[in-house]
Amino acid sequence: MIKFETDVLIVGSGGAGMYAAIEAAKCGASVILADRSLIGRGGATVMAMMTVAAAIGAQTPDHWERHLADTLTAGHGLCDEGLSAILCEDAPARILEMDAWKVGWAREDGHIKQAHAPGHDRPRCVYVDFLNTGPAVSKTLRRHVQNGSSIRRIGDLCIVDIAIEDGVACGATAIHMETGEAVILAAKAVVIATGGLTRLYRRNSASLNMAGDGYALALRAGAPLIDMEFVQFFPIGHLAPRLVGLDPIMWDPFRYKLGGILLNGQMQEFEQRYAAEDGRHEDGRHDGTYVLTRDLATYAIIKEVEAGRGSPAGGAYLSFMHVPEAELRRAFGPVIDTLARNGIDLTQRPIEVAPIAHYHMGGVKVDTRFESAVPNLFACGEAVGGANGANRLSGNAITEALVFGARAGRAAAAAAGKLSHRWQPSASAATLDLLGRRTTAVTVNPAALIDELQGIMMDKVGPFRTQNLLDEALTDIDRIARAIGTNPMASGAPFDAVLIDWLDLRNMVLVARSVTLAARARLESRGSHQREDFPSLDPRWQFNQIVNLRGGRIELAADVRREQSRSVTQPLADIPA
Amino acid sequence: MTATLVIRRGTAGAPKVERFEVPFVPGQTVLDGLRYIRAYADPTLAFRFSCINANACKECMMLIDGEVEYACTTRLRDGEITLSPLPKKTLIGDLVTEIAPPDERISYATKR
Repeated sequence: MIKFETDVLIVGSGGAGMYAAIEAAKCGASVILADRSLIGRGGATVMAMMTVAAAIGAQTPDHWERHLADTLTAGHGLCDEGLSAILCEDAPARILEMDAWKVGWAREDGHIKQAHAPGHDRPRCVYVDFLNTGPAVSKTLRRHVQNGSSIRRIGDLCIVDIAIEDGVACGATAIHMETGEAVILAAKAVVIATGGLTRLYRRNSASLNMAGDGYALALRAGAPLIDMEFVQFFPIGHLAPRLVGLDPIMWDPFRYKLGGILLNGQMQEFEQRYAAEDGRHEDGRHDGTYVLTRDLATYAIIKEVEAGRGSPAGGAYLSFMHVPEAELRRAFGPVIDTLARNGIDLTQRPIEVAPIAHYHMGGVKVDTRFESAVPNLFACGEAVGGANGANRLSGNAITEALVFGARAGRAAAAAAGKLSHRWQPSASAATLDLLGRRTTAVTVNPAALIDELQGIMMDKVGPFRTQNLLDEALTDIDRIARAIGTNPMASGAPFDAVLIDWLDLRNMVLVARSVTLAARARLESRGSHQREDFPSLDPRWQFNQIVNLRGGRIELAADVRREQSRSVTQPLADIPA
Repeated sequence: MTATLVIRRGTAGAPKVERFEVPFVPGQTVLDGLRYIRAYADPTLAFRFSCINANACKECMMLIDGEVEYACTTRLRDGEITLSPLPKKTLIGDLVTEIAPPDERISYATKR
C-alpha cells in the first residue's frame, strides 16, 4: 500500500485549496495538495464568471466595514460575525496580491474596475473579462502552486475518510482512481477544501465533484456542521435553448452590464406584480408588519410556472432584445460568438431561465483559526459554514475561497509545526475495511440512484419547502440509502466508475439528510430557506442549527453560543442516520 | 432522435468495441450521452469529466469520429458517432487516459 507523510494535507484544489497550499508552504510546511480530479481544474472556482467582492476602493472610496455591513444584511441575522469580518477585512489584501500575480482584473482609466452587484452599497466587485474570472484565478493560483517546491500535487486521488486517532485528525485514507488501490496519507494537519454540495440538485451550476464530499468527511470525522438548511438558488440559471461552453449562471453579469427583462410565457413582465403583492422591497427588508424574505425572482418565476404562465421549457424568458448588437459585442466580446455557436442571437429572441442550485451557505463549523471541533482538522472556502449566514452576498464566494484558503493554510502550518505524526494503522482501519468489502455484485446502478437523489432534492428540498415534502424526501433518501447498502459496489476496472459513484452516494445520502433535517426543523422563512407553510421570518429563530453525527445518527441542535439568549429546546431532532 | 455511440472500451491489453443507443433532443451533447449510458445502460463505463458543460475544466477530451474534441461541447446527432480514448496518451481504461501533467501523478509523488 502506498503511504505518504506530510505536514499539511489539503483535500481539494480549487481556489481555496490552492491558496491554502501556497500559504502553508510559505510558512515552511510540507504540503500534499490532493484532488479527485486534475489539480486546479475541478471544483467551483474555475467555473466562476464574474464578480469578486473586496473593498479595495479603486472605483469609489470604500472600507471593509461597509462590505461587512452588506454581508451581514444579506445573511439575515445568522452570520458568524467573526468569520464575516475576516472575509471582508482580508479581501483587499488577497485581491491586490492576485493583481500583483497578474491575474488581470479588468481596468478602466488606470484603476481596477469594480462593478456594482446587487446587495452592495457601492461598486465593489472586481472581475476578469470576458466572463473569465474563474479560469484566470485558477490559472494564476496553479502557477504559484507549481512554484512551491514543498507542495506535492496529486490528482486522481479520492479521499474516502479523514483518519482519526484519539479524536484528533492525523491524515486521510484515499483511493487512487487509476488503480483502485488504497492510499494512506499521514498528516499533522488536514484542510478540507472540497467546496459545496450543489450537485445534490438536478438543476445545478456545480461541477462533478461538488456533491458535499467535505461535509460528509467532516461529519464522519466527528466535526459538526452549521447552517445546512441554507442552499442558495440562483434565480435566472440558463434553461433553454441548450447552451454548452458557458456556466449556466452567466446571465447575471449580462444583467449587471446591460440590464435584461424577465418575461413570462405570455411575454409579460411580472416581477413588479409580485413585488406589489408581497408588499415589500426587493432587497428583503422589513415593510410594514409582514416580514417576507423570499428571493423575489425565484419566487415569481416558480409561481408563474405553477400558474401555467411559464416559458415552454418551464421557466421564464429573459430578454436583451432592447440592447443594440454593438453594445452586446462591446460588453461581452467573444462570449457573443459562443452564444452564436449555440444558436442564440440575443437581438432576435429571449432565452429561457429558471432557478438553479448555486452555492451552499452552510458547512463545517470552524473557529476564527478555521479549525473544526476536531483538533487539527481545518476547513476553508465554500466548505466552511457561517460567514454568509442565511444568504450569501453576490461576489463573496471567490473572495471567501482566497481569504479563508490563505488563513486556513497558515493556521494548519502553524499547528503542524508544533506536532509530531500521530497516524497509526488503527486510524485508517475502518476505511480500509470498508474498501476491502467492495463487491462486483452490482445490484443497483449507482449513477441512476444519483440522478434519482438529485430529483428528490430538487423537487422536495428545493427553493420552497413544506413539512410534507421534506418528510417525503427523508423517506426517499432512506430508500436510496438502503439500496446502496453498506458494502461498496465496484466494477473492478481501472478508474472504477461504479465505485466512485457508490462512494459519492455514500456522501450524498449523508449530506442530503443533513440538509433535509435542518430544513424540516426550521419553522420559518429566512434568506435562502423558504417554507411555504411558514412564510414569514420569525425572530425566535435567529439562531444557527448544528448537525452532528453520533453513533451513526444525525443529531440536530441549536448553536449553544447563540442559543444562550433564546428559549429553544435542544436537541431539535434526533433521527436515525 | 437516437444516436448510436460506438465506444472503444477496456484496457490496452483487452480492448473491445461496444455500441449504445442513446435517445436525445437537439442540443444535447456527447457527454450527455455518456452520462445517460452510465445511468441507464452500463454503470461501468469510465470517462473523465468535471465541469459538465461549462468547458472550463478541459477534462473530457477524447477522439470523436477521429478528431480530438471535448465531449461536453460536441453535439449528439442521428446515426453513428465513434468514441475512442486519446491516442497519444497512456490508456487507463475505457475513455480515460493519463492526461495529468507528469508531476501531478501519484507515481511522481512517491519518488519525492
